[in-house]
Amino acid sequence: MNFDFSEEQRLLQSEVGRMLSDVSTSAEVRHVLEGKAAYSGKTWRKLLDMGAAQSAIPEAYGGSGLGYLELCLVAEEAGRNLAAVPLLSSIYLTAEILLRGGSAEQKSHWLPLLASGEVIGTAAFTPYQRIRDVAAPVLDGGLLSGVMTAVPDGGIADFAIVQAADTLVLVELRNRTVSRKAQASIDPTRPLAELTFDRAPAEQLADSSVARQVLDTAAILLAFEQLGGAERMLAMTRDYALERKAFGRQIGGFQAVKHKLADIYTAIEIARVHAYYGAWALSTGAPEFSRAAAAARLSATRAYDLAAAEGLHLHGGIGFTWEMDCHLHLRRARWLGQIIGSASLWQSRLADLIIVKAA
Amino acid sequence: MNFDDTPEEAAFRAVVRAWLDENATPRHTQQDRFGAGLDHANYLAAAKAWQAKKAAARYAAITWPVEQGGMGGTAAQHVIFQQEEARYLVPAGIFEVSLGMSVPTVNMWATPAQRDRYVARGLSGADIWCQLFSEPSAGSDTGNVRTRATRDGDGWIVTGQKVWTSGAHFSDYGILLARTDWDAPKTKGLTMFILNLKAPGVEVRPIHQASGEYHFNEVFLDNVSIPDSDRIGEVNKGWQVMLSTLMQERLSVGGSFATDIHDRLVALARNTMWGDRPAIEDARVRGRIADAYLDQFGVELIIRRALSAISKGGQPGPEMALVKLVGAKAMLDLGGLALEIGGADALAGMEDLGSDWRWPEPMWLSAPGARLAGGTDEILRNVISERVLGLPVEIRNDRDKPFRELEG
Repeated sequence: MNFDFSEEQRLLQSEVGRMLSDVSTSAEVRHVLEGKAAYSGKTWRKLLDMGAAQSAIPEAYGGSGLGYLELCLVAEEAGRNLAAVPLLSSIYLTAEILLRGGSAEQKSHWLPLLASGEVIGTAAFTPYQRIRDVAAPVLDGGLLSGVMTAVPDGGIADFAIVQAADTLVLVELRNRTVSRKAQASIDPTRPLAELTFDRAPAEQLADSSVARQVLDTAAILLAFEQLGGAERMLAMTRDYALERKAFGRQIGGFQAVKHKLADIYTAIEIARVHAYYGAWALSTGAPEFSRAAAAARLSATRAYDLAAAEGLHLHGGIGFTWEMDCHLHLRRARWLGQIIGSASLWQSRLADLIIVKAA
Repeated sequence: MNFDDTPEEAAFRAVVRAWLDENATPRHTQQDRFGAGLDHANYLAAAKAWQAKKAAARYAAITWPVEQGGMGGTAAQHVIFQQEEARYLVPAGIFEVSLGMSVPTVNMWATPAQRDRYVARGLSGADIWCQLFSEPSAGSDTGNVRTRATRDGDGWIVTGQKVWTSGAHFSDYGILLARTDWDAPKTKGLTMFILNLKAPGVEVRPIHQASGEYHFNEVFLDNVSIPDSDRIGEVNKGWQVMLSTLMQERLSVGGSFATDIHDRLVALARNTMWGDRPAIEDARVRGRIADAYLDQFGVELIIRRALSAISKGGQPGPEMALVKLVGAKAMLDLGGLALEIGGADALAGMEDLGSDWRWPEPMWLSAPGARLAGGTDEILRNVISERVLGLPVEIRNDRDKPFRELEG
């Protein structure tokens, strides 16, 4: 039994990790945080040049043809280093929809462009959770009209795959018929946009049944980002607890602090095994795939939320300053935890899958 | 990444399965029990007969050298045997301390005479062993032992009291931690002995647990005579022997926690009505079942990671601390959830409720004990924070003073 990644995969992970810690520094991330850039072009370029972002895109389509296991580890390092890049939009969603549902022409046209970084893609599915009462996209004679809100990287993407009722269509966004409004994001390093389509030319791609598999795939990959971020928060907080003194000794020696860190560690280890199981299910096409995806997302969301909130707390007052990176993780944890539907949704989905299986 | 055996592991598994098919009865559910319906004496006899069969086939101590009664096998083979055995009706628990802690400890430190006298009989189940460490003033603080062993000619006279001794009421021998030097600091004045539970001066009194059962005992020692030939390891070096006992547990990968509670909850909730709909249709119940799965299957996956390490010839990490921390709490939370689903009816006693309801009350009532025994939740958190995260160890003001000077 080998419930772990291979040595080669771990080697790739450490190379990507080393690169990201050099390039996706706190300063670089804050550049995006403070609105001076919509994403870190530098970091995205490096991830593409290393072949890391395109790990799961077959070589025939310009990818590195490595596989999902490698992409999971890339995701973990991206999460650990708060990479401000369109991995979710361009790779986990758009490339996956094309791979699973696109025609041969669509795949050979768009995938190489995504893999080289020449274009950025994003996707917008019909949301289950809605606050605003906007007109859902509707297809009429090959033209799309309607609104999608909170679209990840909607402002920088060149094209989007949009759900209109039971169909997925491909729409080029650099077009008079599409207007985009940048939305303030709780995590400014991961921008959001509202897209309004006014009879925009739309190319049929697939029926929306492909969305389920893509969301499950994205759930697993995001779980690795959440895992990486939680691991970083735990390490930062542990280091702080060893450095900071109060009442004459390291605060890490106080049992309340020790035990809280032990609880964060425990939550991370539960998230880790579910993420790994998801990686296995994704890479082998196992029947357990959907259940593994829901469990990975739910446990990773909780672990990152806990690590971010309690990790900030254990830093004391200084953790609550703009200049410390704690809030960067707090924001990223919140964003990752809700962008493809929040924990309650995935908990409900997990319950459905468990209860059906037990029938 | 895969969950498959290597070819060697698969071959061994097939051999083990064939032997088990010939020598044991397969179990049907996780809740089936070996020897169900037998009285205590007959249960003991049946359990010993099983253990003797295992020992004869060299499955009693797979990783031990052949000349010590083992198979000369690997840790992976030990785990494979455990996994396969779990699919059959075999005694669980009765040899857990004996073969999981005490006999391996004796084997590790034994003089040739001790090995000849005790080890083979321990492996075959002819003798059952317990472990006498804890005392009323020495639980989490294991080093606070006050049971006194005083030199008497060629032997020792031991007086004191042990508590929470699992299985002492059916054990023949035990490994006993006693204080032999009151002027040395706490952990430097302890010695380990072999205690014959049938010796004059030994009194075993059962402890009535809050859950209603009697698995544990107090053991009173009133001037019990122990020959020096029954001393394990050197005088005043008993703490190291005790630490080696704790190390034996790392191979019990898997533990005794259920990992299918979420499925049991589904069954219960299907058959319980909330108003005019089954409880399984309620979103709150469904949500908590999903949460139960995260911890239950999470524990199973953590165990698989430990097994992966073992399969590659390495050491498992702190997985067992995690498994116990999560698993014991799950007994309380999920046992409680099951009862909660049933409302007032669930309070009323298992006989009236049907076979689906046999597990929640015993699980929930024994949960407080599970969170305390074998390392409390707080001790486990200390272990994780200190040994895994590298945080400072607890401040002790009693480590270097002569034990005689310590209060309490």
